[in-house]
Amino acid sequence: MENQKKLVKFSIDYTDYETRLTAKFNKRKHYSANDPKKVNAFIPGIIAQIFVKEGQTVKKGEVLFILEAMKMKNNVQSPVSGKIKSIYAYETKMVNKNETLLEFE
Amino acid sequence: MWLTEKIAEFFHMKEKVSIGGGTKAVEKQIAMGKMTARDRIKAILDPDSFHEYDMFVQHSGKDFGMDKKELPADGVITGTGKMYGQPVGIFAQDFTVAGGSLGLMHARKITKIMDHSIKLGIPLIGINDSGGARIQEGVNSLAGYGEIFSRNTLASGVIPQISVVLGPCAGGAVYSPALTDFVFVVDKISKMFITGPEVIKTVLGEEISMEDLGGAKVQTEISGNAHFFANSEVECFEQIKKLMTFIPWNNSRKAKAFPPKPPKPQYNITSIIPQEPTKPYDVRDIIKSVCDDSDFFEVQEFFAANIVIGFARLNGETIGVIGNQPLVLAGVLDVDSSDKAARFIRFCDSFNIPLVTFVDLPGYLPGVDQEHSGVIRHGAKILYAYSEATVPKITIILRKAYGGGYIAMCSRHLGADFVFAWPIAEIAVMGPQGAANIIFRNEIANSSDPEETRKQKVEEYTEKFANPYVAAANGHVDAVINPSETRDYIIHSIEVSKEKNEIRPAKKHGIPPF
Repeated sequence: MENQKKLVKFSIDYTDYETRLTAKFNKRKHYSANDPKKVNAFIPGIIAQIFVKEGQTVKKGEVLFILEAMKMKNNVQSPVSGKIKSIYAYETKMVNKNETLLEFE
Repeated sequence: MWLTEKIAEFFHMKEKVSIGGGTKAVEKQIAMGKMTARDRIKAILDPDSFHEYDMFVQHSGKDFGMDKKELPADGVITGTGKMYGQPVGIFAQDFTVAGGSLGLMHARKITKIMDHSIKLGIPLIGINDSGGARIQEGVNSLAGYGEIFSRNTLASGVIPQISVVLGPCAGGAVYSPALTDFVFVVDKISKMFITGPEVIKTVLGEEISMEDLGGAKVQTEISGNAHFFANSEVECFEQIKKLMTFIPWNNSRKAKAFPPKPPKPQYNITSIIPQEPTKPYDVRDIIKSVCDDSDFFEVQEFFAANIVIGFARLNGETIGVIGNQPLVLAGVLDVDSSDKAARFIRFCDSFNIPLVTFVDLPGYLPGVDQEHSGVIRHGAKILYAYSEATVPKITIILRKAYGGGYIAMCSRHLGADFVFAWPIAEIAVMGPQGAANIIFRNEIANSSDPEETRKQKVEEYTEKFANPYVAAANGHVDAVINPSETRDYIIHSIEVSKEKNEIRPAKKHGIPPF
């Protein structure tokens, strides 16, 4: 239905084929390696509480936020020890999955 | 006299039930572009062949004031009728009666017609148009669903089961269509999902419309839950009628044979494939150039279009066709296309339909999303389905057949009865470019002119391996054939396979990589 009718180059095993792409293929998730300096939401939900401030130094395992999702209050713990550069979340904010909540220096 | 009175009374009762949820509800149904349950049944079946049962069944709800409510036919019409003069079982949920909601007796009516259909060995058509469980009946309505699902499973592979989703079909209810063989949907009318937009919004904060979440387009193109998409109910019923011409009435029968017809002359098999091996073409043109009257009835046309599946006839008899589609994603196998083909292969095997496979693929689709979505276990489904199938299996290698893709597409090694290859076929472990890069890596790297050396090596490899003769020399291919002989060869192989009898080790059932 919404498959693109346009022919494009599509490379498999060093060979370029001419072919169409599908809407689903175009919408596929692109992979990017985890950035250890960023804390992302592991589930979509609401930031119920924030325990830290920008510029604050935290230890690994310290609770940064409460992310409420599926009626569960989840503690979001710091994956590393370090100084917080910026916080992108605020309390009551609705966040998407993989949305960056906080970044370390 | 007493009899006339009784009959008049009976007609009055019947009349009352026939209106369903009343004129107002019926008007509303029609305003939505929907037909009433009984009209839908009549539109699908042969004229005047429908016989309704359980018209006077009453619901068993006692709580929340339900005991005072009357629900005509308990919101579902069931019965038997005929298609092309042959018997079928059918049920249609009536949205005008309590939103087609499913209570225990409603479910019992459905399971009764299911039991009949299984015993009688006749196809079952289910029309779904229901708001879901009848909440007032609580766990009893859940029990009803479970009883339907278990029968869907028992009937699977015994009689063809067809689901027609003509309205909402949400929550647990949607698992019944999922367990059946073919699901038909209509644009803007069908809505299928496990959890609706409201729940998704509350729980996850994601906003989406019902149409975008589980409308007909989404279910046919993105999820692959539905097999046939129509713009109207009338078009949908025509699709159902066409499907029924290709399939047998139960698993001990063969599909009805029709008078043989040659393919239409405008489909010329020798002029479809472009000379350049990386250029695309529509594999459906190849199928149409081979099958009777060039009549190919495609299944799941919009989902995973990189593989094409569907029914056709050869010499008047139904075949199931699977073909890689070079026009879409170069025809690669991936999670969705493997899943799509595997299910179709198993349907054909269950219902004695020979499998004809057209091969032209560069291999499996590379990518992180594919690996992380489990292309290993999904890709394995197609291997399982082909290996398991005992119907005649005929494979035609048109062009590329590389690596794992070659093995997966019903190769001799998975038990194909006959494997034919065109002279332009390239049966190799991988394409010349990739192979040369690996085999001659050092020579290319150490060369004074790497590009030139690479070109030479690619040519060398192409010359040696990019042909059907290495495979033919090893007996992996039974015959290299002239493309114009393709139809003849397939017809002949099916003819000689009529009495095919393949004994398999006894088992309760296999454990496919679902």
